[in-house]
Amino acid sequence: MDAFRVTKHPVLKLKQNRKEIAFVFEDQPYKAYEEDTIASALLANGIRMLRRHEESGSPRGVYCNIGHCFECRVTARGEEGVRACLTPVEDGMVVSSGKQLPTPFKEGDQ
Amino acid sequence: MMKDCLIIGAGPAGLSAAISAAQNGVDVTVIDEFMKPGGRLLGQLHEEPDHVWWNGIEEAQKLFDEVLNQSIDLKLGTSVYHIEKANDNWLVHTNEGIYRGKTLLVAAGAAERSIPIPGWTLPGVMSIGAAQVMTNVHQVKPGHNGIVIGINVLSLAIARELQLAGVHLQGIVLPPEHLLTKGVSHPMDVFQSLLHLTHLAPSPLLKWGGLLAGKSAFIQRLSLQMYPKNGFKLWNISVQMKRVVTEIVGHEQVQGVKTADLTASGDIVPGSERTIPVDFVCIAGGLYPLVELVGVAGCPFKYIPSLGGHVPIHDERMKTPVDGLFVAGNITGIESAKVAKAQGHLAGLSISEALGKLTENAEIKRAIEHIEKTREKALIQFHPDIKKGRKHMETIAADFQKKEVSGQ
Ligand SMILES: Cc1cc2nc3c(=O)[nH]c(=O)nc-3n(C[C@H](O)[C@H](O)[C@H](O)COP(=O)(O)OP(=O)(O)OC[C@H]3O[C@@H](n4cnc5c(N)ncnc54)[C@H](O)[C@@H]3O)c2cc1C
Ligand code: FES
Repeated sequence: MDAFRVTKHPVLKLKQNRKEIAFVFEDQPYKAYEEDTIASALLANGIRMLRRHEESGSPRGVYCNIGHCFECRVTARGEEGVRACLTPVEDGMVVSSGKQLPTPFKEGDQ
Repeated sequence: MMKDCLIIGAGPAGLSAAISAAQNGVDVTVIDEFMKPGGRLLGQLHEEPDHVWWNGIEEAQKLFDEVLNQSIDLKLGTSVYHIEKANDNWLVHTNEGIYRGKTLLVAAGAAERSIPIPGWTLPGVMSIGAAQVMTNVHQVKPGHNGIVIGINVLSLAIARELQLAGVHLQGIVLPPEHLLTKGVSHPMDVFQSLLHLTHLAPSPLLKWGGLLAGKSAFIQRLSLQMYPKNGFKLWNISVQMKRVVTEIVGHEQVQGVKTADLTASGDIVPGSERTIPVDFVCIAGGLYPLVELVGVAGCPFKYIPSLGGHVPIHDERMKTPVDGLFVAGNITGIESAKVAKAQGHLAGLSISEALGKLTENAEIKRAIEHIEKTREKALIQFHPDIKKGRKHMETIAADFQKKEVSGQ
């Protein structure tokens, strides 16, 4: 879970001795640190794809990281449409990504 | 529970306003959807000309300490999605319920413009601010090897921050030219905007100002024609004013970018196309005031490009034409966090005055002067005409008031 962590910095004080927590994303177990968001925890584990676009099925990840774009929507704590960039990851949290939905009523389809 | 004042946004503007209002006995609640107080200040890390670091995390902590001192009510992780006025009071709707207040300050800050480039929805493509927050706030690298698209003051500053954290960058390049990138995709326009930055900061703009200023005089003489294809180096990051990313490529996530060289007049040099492997891409399209909420609250706007776009009409005391509605910080125009802080301080005083808790005008005058001084000294200027934009807004607000008084 540390492949992408900042490990050396000339100016910033790096967070140390943080509590380790475990969570699940798409049925896979992962580790993170307290204070991580769902998005930062997944990226630290090398995971960028958070969901698939509901219609096109194209992969999506974090874009703005501050709650504006809603690109990072996931399901967490049983709630849909949660922004991964604004939501702290919790010990035992189960996170899943959005899926491509069938679009039976899409214009042009009969 | 009815509060004297509700503040949306716990950035430098909102927190400073909460502090100065609370100091005057105003009962305040601050609401913010981020999990930490400080807003966009948290990600900032700049070296000032005197080599002291402007460390946003520490600056935010100072404000937060003061908020705790004043026992100000702070609701984090709380998103505002609607505002209404009922019986002269403000109702602020959030995912955690409705808050009520006699006065309302909207200090929602700014958002980033995106630049749609083929492939930009691939995971691994993010705004430059996203990379800043990932790196400096969460201390997770956006990737190991990236490229920045868009050359402006924010992208140059954040590129350096990424490098400090040990992230490798292939360079900072231009976006492809199309309708939305007018003015930011042509080598000459970008060249001139960079010259503007150096002109604005006689003392080195960030640390690279000196380097840029020295270089630009040289470059100016020899003209953009001579600008090296591989750019000049800024802290060892190449700033490539004559290279463009035409497409972002990858299967399921970013794997590379297609680039091409440009002539000084902005045409692609035939045969110069190549693919560079990267694992992340940052898009830097600039900032604009995040004004939706004040719109919902019924505030009129004016489009002022030097302030970053549509901004709520407000007077020099941060009061909008809507009774009991105040604004402060980047929502009023894109400027540095120090200016936002100064504006917040003033807004807190104005709110105290409106509630009848402050009668001393001198303090408000001083706060207004302090904003001007802070602006004068600001290290990071987002627009060369910011002062003209601010003056323009003052006259608009005054006209607005006259009309209201005469009932037009
Ligand atoms: C991504 C980004 C990076 C930046 N980087 C720099 C930089 O490096 N250097 C620099 O000088 N300036 C930078 N800026 C400019 C920055 O806006 C100012 O420096 C300063 O932070 C503005 O302060 P503020 O208080 O007006 O807004 P902000 O600091 O943006 O604070 C606004 C707060 O309001 C909250 N908010 C907004 N809408 C809602 C809502 N609906 N519900 C609940 N809460 C809400 C946000 O979560 C945020 O915490 C950046 C801006 C952005 C957007
Ligand atoms: S990445 Fe934009 S809202 Fe989360």
